Parts: sequence; structure tokens; C-alpha cells
Amino acid sequence: MDSVKKKAKELLENQSVNLIIGYGEGSDQNARAIFISKADEVDQLIYDERCVQNLAFYLMKHEVKHLGKLGIVAPLPVMRTILQIASECQIKEDNIVVLGITPKGELIESAGFKDIENYIATCDLDLPANEKEIIAKLDAMTMEERWAFWTNELSRCIKCYACRAACPMCYCTRCQVECNNPQWITVEATPMGNLEWHFMRAMHLTGRCVNCGECGRACPLKIPINLLTYKTVMTVKSQFNIVAGTLANMDSVLSSYKTDDKENFIR
Amino acid sequence: MSQENIYKPYLMRIESIAEEAPFVKTFRLKFVNEEDANNFTFKTGQFGEYSVIGEGESTFCIASSPTKKGYIECTFRQAGKVTSALYRRDIGDIIGFRGPYGNIFPIDEWKGKNLLFIAGGIALPPMRSVIWNCLDLRENYKDVTIVYGAKSVADLVYKEELREWDHRPDVKLITTVDPGGETPDWKGKIGFVPTVLSQEVTTSDNTIAIVCGPPIMIKFTMPVLEKLGFKNEDIYTTLENRMKCGFGKCGRCNVGKVFICKDGPVFTLKQMKDMPDEY
Amino acid sequence: MNIENKILKQTSLEKLVVKLKEEGKQIFAPVKKNDVVEFAGISTLQEMAEDYIVTVQSAKAFAFPKVETLFDFQLTKENVNIVEKDLNAIPETILLGARPCDAAGFESLNAIFTWDNLNDNFFVERLKKMIIIAISCSKADGRCFCTSVNGNPGATKGSDILLTKIDNGNYLAEIITEKGKAIATKYADLFETAPEVDKNKFIADVPVKFDLKTILEKIPGAFENSLWVKQSLRCISCGACAYVCPTCACFDIQDIHNGHDGHRKRSWDSCGFGLFTIHTSGHNPREVQSQRWRQRVMHKFAYMPERQQVVGCVGCGRCSRGCPVDMNLKEHLINLAEEVAK
Repeated sequence: MDSVKKKAKELLENQSVNLIIGYGEGSDQNARAIFISKADEVDQLIYDERCVQNLAFYLMKHEVKHLGKLGIVAPLPVMRTILQIASECQIKEDNIVVLGITPKGELIESAGFKDIENYIATCDLDLPANEKEIIAKLDAMTMEERWAFWTNELSRCIKCYACRAACPMCYCTRCQVECNNPQWITVEATPMGNLEWHFMRAMHLTGRCVNCGECGRACPLKIPINLLTYKTVMTVKSQFNIVAGTLANMDSVLSSYKTDDKENFIR
Repeated sequence: MSQENIYKPYLMRIESIAEEAPFVKTFRLKFVNEEDANNFTFKTGQFGEYSVIGEGESTFCIASSPTKKGYIECTFRQAGKVTSALYRRDIGDIIGFRGPYGNIFPIDEWKGKNLLFIAGGIALPPMRSVIWNCLDLRENYKDVTIVYGAKSVADLVYKEELREWDHRPDVKLITTVDPGGETPDWKGKIGFVPTVLSQEVTTSDNTIAIVCGPPIMIKFTMPVLEKLGFKNEDIYTTLENRMKCGFGKCGRCNVGKVFICKDGPVFTLKQMKDMPDEY
Repeated sequence: MNIENKILKQTSLEKLVVKLKEEGKQIFAPVKKNDVVEFAGISTLQEMAEDYIVTVQSAKAFAFPKVETLFDFQLTKENVNIVEKDLNAIPETILLGARPCDAAGFESLNAIFTWDNLNDNFFVERLKKMIIIAISCSKADGRCFCTSVNGNPGATKGSDILLTKIDNGNYLAEIITEKGKAIATKYADLFETAPEVDKNKFIADVPVKFDLKTILEKIPGAFENSLWVKQSLRCISCGACAYVCPTCACFDIQDIHNGHDGHRKRSWDSCGFGLFTIHTSGHNPREVQSQRWRQRVMHKFAYMPERQQVVGCVGCGRCSRGCPVDMNLKEHLINLAEEVAK
């Protein structure tokens, strides 16, 4: 982390950024997000296997955004998120300094998004083996078994929206569930309503999810919601050969049309 | 009282609908159940939760005076889901009403005093109840002055009532529209309410001021009243906030420790100055 | 009623569960499923989880469910028919294995739902039909702070019977209320005379972390303190803390229907959500998270103590455990106590 701390110190000293978002020590040996604005605070920055929260969420949080130009410590999922939200025109390249880091916590020298793209191109973006295994297990179930699995899991949901809140892609200022005219998704946590909410969210994330796993981690009841979006990631890859969060300027999968699109759904 | 469902609304039939201004309607409501009608009482200043059953509830004051028996009235502007559904109702339709909730204008304490009512735009409805209540007990009060303004002539609500108040010899009515809101035949004043107020009212002696209006109007009206010498405890207003239950349980409408639905909606300026600045 | 001490052997507790089930009572206890311990229906004591601090969600759902149908209705062209729920049909429920903090949480909820003698009878009836057989905590973790908010891992407040596991694996059973006495009397053969037992030997040690008196005195004046902004910077505005909390009672009311019949429902809501207080005009009195965070803390530690004479927190630590971004309430309160004491 020394290279990162050095860079962070520089940026704060010469006021290239007003605030750096990174990981620091939290409660009970957990890591948590920290916000440092003074050069002498950079020693608080850490990076280890506990640092899994997707910090990119804070780039879009109004109260953080308006503190000025932001720097952000960015392991791979965060780097991918940054490219994806840049691709969706939510952040500007010159408003943010990305302190990309390797899995070992070493700084990736970058002058901008192009360098981040190049780094990501060298990474294996496939789902890790354990996640693929779980999805394979689900895929192997019959339709009825899979339906039973999800209705059972999602009936536990209390609609706390921690999954939505933790996901950097869910940045809509008024989420679909917060529209009441018409009321698309029922407010209360009923089994069918919960299914509608989660399926709708997975559809809205299709082609955009960078597989950070934050939704599943955020759920206080440990419902494996991330499996829904992981599946969409796999499907988008196999159908469109596209992986989200790899370029700062990418067409949205579900709302772009190309003349060479496969049209094998039309017979 | 045990087993009573505090969330259950009365069923009300819409007896008449008046179109006050663009997107603003007044409903006169009668209880469907006669027993409810006989048992129901309220005091001026209180509000209720009106609903299109199936669409949701919305909070409005009771715009009619308690001196009128057999019905209640509400005035609202079409703005969101529930008010739009209400706006589409016809005479004879049934809607829900829960109430009365909240505190009251202490009109008994005002006996023997002059009353100065100041309202702007769609904020006349909360005042209409207390104005009529006082006019129906006219002998209790000395001078009654009403200053009411809106953005334009079309936006003035209760046009019939305004005519009635204008013709009463025991009421001084001053109506105004914002500059540019007048029509060629407009006979009232032209100017913002605070400006007209400072021109038309010259004393605070033995007077209670009751103010209701959009935040910007309140902001400029309070200094005028203070300059006239009104004490903070003699200036009354009625506040609003987002509500759901209306009786202090859903945790939504509080400003600091003050619950608008229980401790209000009627407040004096003195009480408001003690409230934190978060509304 | 004076608290009576009895001994409930492990085997007797097993029998008690079976007997109560035979009576037709519903019994809920903490059950471990896929690494998560939550209240679930049980028929035998064996199903109850052994090694847990607290359940992820509180027990409040048994008196204040996540969804409560307030009434059903039928709509025709000319008429609206409201069909009320029969509160007498609420079944008797036994909560076994709730913690002292869970039991204490009901007092705060009750203060809200019966405030000013206006009773929410859904809550009142459910609480009336509930019998709480709590189990003291023999261990705690870094998130617990019950002792800092007038609580205790062996406190009896709110429970009908409190069980404390003593060294030979059996339980000291403190019979606290009439409801508890009714069970102990009906199954007197299972409850044995208790010798002198020092309960404190078997209860977790939870050191006091902050001075509640200071907080209660000083926090009402802390409305404009800049600490709220700092503390809320990492909050992501979800509702997890409010939903898992035993004392949070904020709710929403919604109507749903299919054109001819429907229901009006009450469901959990959270003051932490961005749109909780938004007016239809678009104006939002609490538009930034620091205002919402302040509301959350002050509601619990300033407004409820003043208006309802209860502290709105039992120190169970669920909010901290459930929070995706480590908003550790205990830590925030310690900082707050230091800040307001300045």
C-alpha cells in the first residue's frame, strides 16, 4: 500500500483532489470505507482480503460528490464499476483520480481511464470457480426446483433495500419501486412482491453488473441475491460476448442495436 | 375502545363538488353511516386523512367549520397519486375519512380580540374553517380582517365565499393578486400579500394574527407582523409535513421532538421558533 | 408480582416445549438455517439453535409484523365495503429463546403504539397473546451494548419467564409475570424448587461503553452539531438498521387492489430512506443523509425519552451487525457522548 499512500499524500498535498475514498480499519477487525481529506491521514489507508466493499458507490452519493474532486482507491471490481458508470455518463474522467490497485495492493500507475482499461484487459474477468459451481447447481435444477428455491429464499426478504443501496449501479434518484403513479412494484414485503422486485432489479442490471457481489454481502439475511445478477453476467457474456466495466465508453447491452446482432430469437 | 381499529376510515359520500381553481376542488362529504354522523365532532384547526379506498390516503385540513352540522368539507389540489384519484371522483362516490386529528385554534382564548387572517393561494382552506367558526360566533370578536392573495385571479379559491365576506359589513376583506395576475375587471389590490399587508394593516393592538401560506409568503409576512408589534405568541399558523398515520405513530412528520400531527398542525410563532430548522 | 425462582432441567424444558405444542400453541425460537439464526416455528427443543448471540432480525415481527393487513375492502361501482380483521383470531404465540434485549424492545414499541392512550390494537392484541420465555446471554460480542442503555444480559424486563443456563446445563427459571406464572403452575411438575443461585456467574460480561445520562442530557442540544455529517458520510441509506432493530416502529400505509377487492396494509419503513419525508411538491425536509442520521439517533435518544419516557434503544447491536457499511451505533454513541460533553 506504500505506493498508494505516497500517491494519495501527493494528491492531497497539491490539492489535486479534495477527498480520497479508501478502506480503513473498522469495528471488530472489519474494514470499512474511510474518507480522508488531509495528507497526514493517508496512513489510515489499508488493503487486504477484508477490503471488499465496492467504494464506487460513494462517487455517486450526493453528500460525497459535492465535497469536490474525488480520488478513490480502486481494486478490480471498483475499477470496473468506475468504467461502467463512466460509460453511463455518471462521472467525468477529469473529476476523479482513480488509484487503481492490484490484488496485492500495489498502485497501478494511470493517467486516466485508458490506463485502467488496459489493466483490466489483462485480468481474468470470468466468475470465480466457486460462484460458477453454485450457478451450475441452480442451472441443473428443474424449473420447479429453481422456482421453489427462489420463492423460498425471496419470501424471507424484508425489502430493506440494502442490496439496492449498496449497488453502485442502482443510482436512480427515484427507483422504480419509489414510483407510485402507477405503483409498479408493491411496497410491502410479500412473497410475490419480493420476487417482482428482485427480478426487476436483475433485469435492470443486465449488461451492467460488474459482479462485485455487494448486493449479496449487504443483505442482512444473507439471501444470495448476487446469484441472480451473476447469472445475467454469464448470459450476457454468452449471448453478446460483452462484459460490463471493461471500457469507459461502451454501448448499453440491452438498449443498443447493431446491424450484425444475432437474431436467432426470430424464426 | 379495546379492539377498535384506529386505521379504519369512516365512509363518506360526496354530496357536492366545487371547482375552485385550476386543479383545485372542494368536496362536501356526508357520513354514509348515520350513527357516525351523529357521533362525530371536531374543532377548528383539525385535519383528517382522506382516501380513495384502493389508492391511498392524503392529509388535508377539515375546511368547513364545526358550527356546520351534518357534513364536512375538504379542499385539495390535484398533485400526486391520491389527490389525482380524488380529483376524478363524482358526486355520490364514496371515499374514506379518518379523523379528526391534531390540535385546534384556541378560538375561546381569542374572545374579545381583533382577528387578522392572512392567507395565500391554496393555503386559504386551512383558514376557512377557523374564519367561519369565528364568523359564526361573531359577537365574540371585535374587528375581523381578512387579507388573502393568490398568484392570479384564477388561483383565488372560495370565490363565492370571498364575495360573501366582501359584502359583510362586519368583515374587512382585502384581496390581492400578484403583479401580472390581475384581469382587466379586477377590483382588488395588486401586490404580494406581505406588501399589501403592510399597507393595509396599521396596528397589532389587541389583535391575534393567523397566517397560512406558502413558505415564501410566510418568510416575508412574519417581519411585517413583527414590525407592527405582534408578539410571537399572538401569531398563529398551521403547518404541514408528509404524514401517514396522522396520530404520532409512523414517525414521519416530526420536526425535532414536535409531531406536526399531534402537537400541531396549529402552532404559534413562539413555538415555531423553538423548533429546529428542518421543515 | 414478586419474581419466583425455579429450576427447569434441560429435559424438563424439552418436555415443556412438547406440552405447549400439544396445547396448540405456536412456538417460535431461534433456528439456524444456512449460517443465519432467525426465529422460526419449532415443535421440539432440539430444533432451537444453541450457539448464537442474537437472531439477525429482532422479535418485533411477532407484535409488529413486516406486513399487517389493516382491513380488507370490496369495491363496486356504487359502494365501498370495508371488512375488518378479527383480532380475536390472533393465535397465542410463545417466543422461546428471545434475549433480554428482545424482551426489553417491546416496551419501547408499546410506548409508541399506545402513546397518549391511542392504542394500535393490532400491536396490543399481538403483544397480549405473546408469552416470552427469554434466555439470558452467556456470551456477547463487540457489537452488544445493552448495559450502556439501562439493560443487562440477564435482565427480566419484558419477559414472562427468564431462563438462565447454570453450570450443570439446566436452567434457572425466573417466573416474572402472571402469564409466566400460569405456565409454571400448569406444568408445576416440570418446574422444581430452586436453590440459591447467583445468576450473575452465568451471564456475559458486557462493559458499559458510554454514559447514557450524558447523552440523554446533552443530545437534545446537539441538533446543529457537525458530527452528524461526519458520522453519516459512509451510510448508504438502506433500511437494514431500522428493519432489524427491536425498537424501530416507523411504518408506511399502502392500499392494493385488483379492481374489485383489496387491502390496506401497514408495512415497515425507515427514516433512513431518502424519500421518507418527501412532500408531493418535491420538497424534502431531510434531503441529506446527515439529517436522516441525526433523526434516527435523536428520535431514539432525545425525542422518545422526552415524549414517551423510554429510550428507543436496547443495545442489541443488530443495527451494527446488519449494516453493510459498518455504521457501528455503539461507536457513534461513544463519539457522540465525547462530543456533547465538550
